[in-house]
Amino acid sequence: MNIHEYQAKSLLRQYRVTTPRGEVVYTSRAAGRVAEELGGQRWVVKAQIHAGGRGKAGGVKIGNSPARIAEIADQMLGSTLVTAQTGPAGQRVSRVLVERASRIEREFYLSLVVDRESQRIVVVASAEGGVDIEEVAESNRDAIHTEYVDPGVGLLDFQCRKVATAIGLGNRTTSFTRLIKRMYRLFRDLDCLMLEVNPFIETEDGELVALDAKMSFDDNALFRQGDVVELRDFDEEDPKEVEATGHGLNYIALDGSVGCIVNGAGLAMGTMDAIAHHGGRPANFLDVGGGASPEKIANAFRIVLKDPNVRAILVNIFAGINRCDWIATGVVQATRDQEIDVPVIVRLAGTNVDEGRRILDESGLELIQAADLDDAAAKAVEAAQARQEVPA
Amino acid sequence: MSVFVDRDSKVIIQGFTGQHATFHAEEAMNTGTQIVGGVTPGKGGTTHLGLPVFNSVAEAVEETGADVSGIFVPPQVATDSLLEAVDAGVGVAVIIADGVPVQDMVRTKRYLAGRSTQIIGPNSPGIITPGECKVGIMPSHIYSKGRVGVVSRSGTLNYEAVSQMTALGLGQSTCVGIGGDPVNGTDFKTVLQAFEGDDETDVIVMIGEIGGQQEVEAASWASQYMTKPLVAFIAGVSAPRGRRMGHAGAVIAGESDTATAKLDAIEALGHRVVRNPADIGDTVLRTVKEAGDGAGTGAS
Repeated sequence: MNIHEYQAKSLLRQYRVTTPRGEVVYTSRAAGRVAEELGGQRWVVKAQIHAGGRGKAGGVKIGNSPARIAEIADQMLGSTLVTAQTGPAGQRVSRVLVERASRIEREFYLSLVVDRESQRIVVVASAEGGVDIEEVAESNRDAIHTEYVDPGVGLLDFQCRKVATAIGLGNRTTSFTRLIKRMYRLFRDLDCLMLEVNPFIETEDGELVALDAKMSFDDNALFRQGDVVELRDFDEEDPKEVEATGHGLNYIALDGSVGCIVNGAGLAMGTMDAIAHHGGRPANFLDVGGGASPEKIANAFRIVLKDPNVRAILVNIFAGINRCDWIATGVVQATRDQEIDVPVIVRLAGTNVDEGRRILDESGLELIQAADLDDAAAKAVEAAQARQEVPA
Repeated sequence: MSVFVDRDSKVIIQGFTGQHATFHAEEAMNTGTQIVGGVTPGKGGTTHLGLPVFNSVAEAVEETGADVSGIFVPPQVATDSLLEAVDAGVGVAVIIADGVPVQDMVRTKRYLAGRSTQIIGPNSPGIITPGECKVGIMPSHIYSKGRVGVVSRSGTLNYEAVSQMTALGLGQSTCVGIGGDPVNGTDFKTVLQAFEGDDETDVIVMIGEIGGQQEVEAASWASQYMTKPLVAFIAGVSAPRGRRMGHAGAVIAGESDTATAKLDAIEALGHRVVRNPADIGDTVLRTVKEAGDGAGTGAS
């Protein structure tokens, strides 16, 4: 789960990490008022969307009067921002953060992530702040410093001093150590997966400030992070994906024409690959999970069919913990209750497969049955392509 | 021999009296697994499926001599049960739950340092040595005894691959589901090492997916030290970047994390790769035949 920058900064402040003074607003009038209240000569308006790459896309602008700030906010609010990370459709801006501009002496990069290779939390830091860290990693690997945290003892002072020295903050080790240990505590307490401050800055007054902040949290730990769950913004997520989650389904929209309903994340990916192998393109990833009831299957059909690009649906079930007869009942129910005007290809295997096939056979419905994965993928791609050629 | 579990394994089930645990324990017993008891705190002293229930793993191990534990508890409490099993000294602990917080596993791995328990999972279908021992949720009837070792992250892809093999008459020595989480108990390389040392395994199939470099590291180890042929499939060639594909660990972070990059890297290391998941069985069959010809022994 991701949150907005202004929310991340609020959490940082709770852990006594300094951020610029500012406030989130939903109207241009409020933007101007906030600038006035904050005082100073220059302010920054930052579009609050989850995707990165806002700066280059015009989502971060500076103004030097409250009137100008209101003007900028007016342009941003309600507009659609297309960044390198939003995809071509972009993301609508419904709130902006207005902050007092900082006087920057130096910029740095600092993040904490759960690193899957070392299976530890790792601190990543660089003196090259404010730029894309992936680019730094490619062009100048030596500019990136990492420190692995032993969960038995936590982040240690000497490690913080090492990082400080490595990125040229050797003269400010005490305040840097304080900053990074507070960030580590937040990361651990709130079950973060990633906490990135890019850039964090040293101001002309020698203060260390988190100028930007990005956080993502472990979905598996949300059950014990009630306060974090409150920060979720459904407008930033695909409505089909939100609905799917509500039904216990794992759905991700893609841009092809073969709708997929599969059990198990691995097989769901494998099914997409088999479709691609036969020259087709999957319209989605969908894992119905274990213990899929007929209702769950019916919901899966409903969600997949909301995508207007779907030209055929492939149901691929290898039942272990699942039961083919329940799946088949769900397929039959969905095909009867919903207006499905695309061909449905069904491949069943595993627990209770004979019973499942019998239910499909006896339904009298025009379902295309497939013998195995290869057959299913081939038939689904063929059906989708045949529909594609029919003029609307 | 097989790896990690066999007919001599004495298995206990944690969360024994739960619905899923009951169903799968019964199925495992029907296919030859030696289940000797279970643990459900508060229900110690009762019996379930005709077997003793204990309040703690330590007690269960003490009384039954169990050396393997199958952990069937919800993800929120899974690492606690896991550490209890480790503390009680079981040799292998299999953790099925999907949804374990990743920082719980980071701490768990630290606790494991210097201890010898082999952790399989979490987010795993389990482990099966066909006809001898099953600790997990896989449908036993698709597995058959043989000489191909299978290791996968995903459960359903494991079933898919195994059913293709079984249909072609290729049985399995042991099938290990290491689980789909980013921080897991046993990595691919550890399982390959076990298969390399197992005299009942001739060919090894590794089924990975997008995210991380575990598969490539394992393949790299294999090309240096393994004498047995390795066949690899990586799921997610068609997966988009930056999106988590169901499994917590399945997200493409950088170029080297993509399925294609991993398949290319593994192929460059001299191993056979499968690019269409429907071709896993055929590819293994070809590999088994070649290995048989080369060694002059033939695969059983």
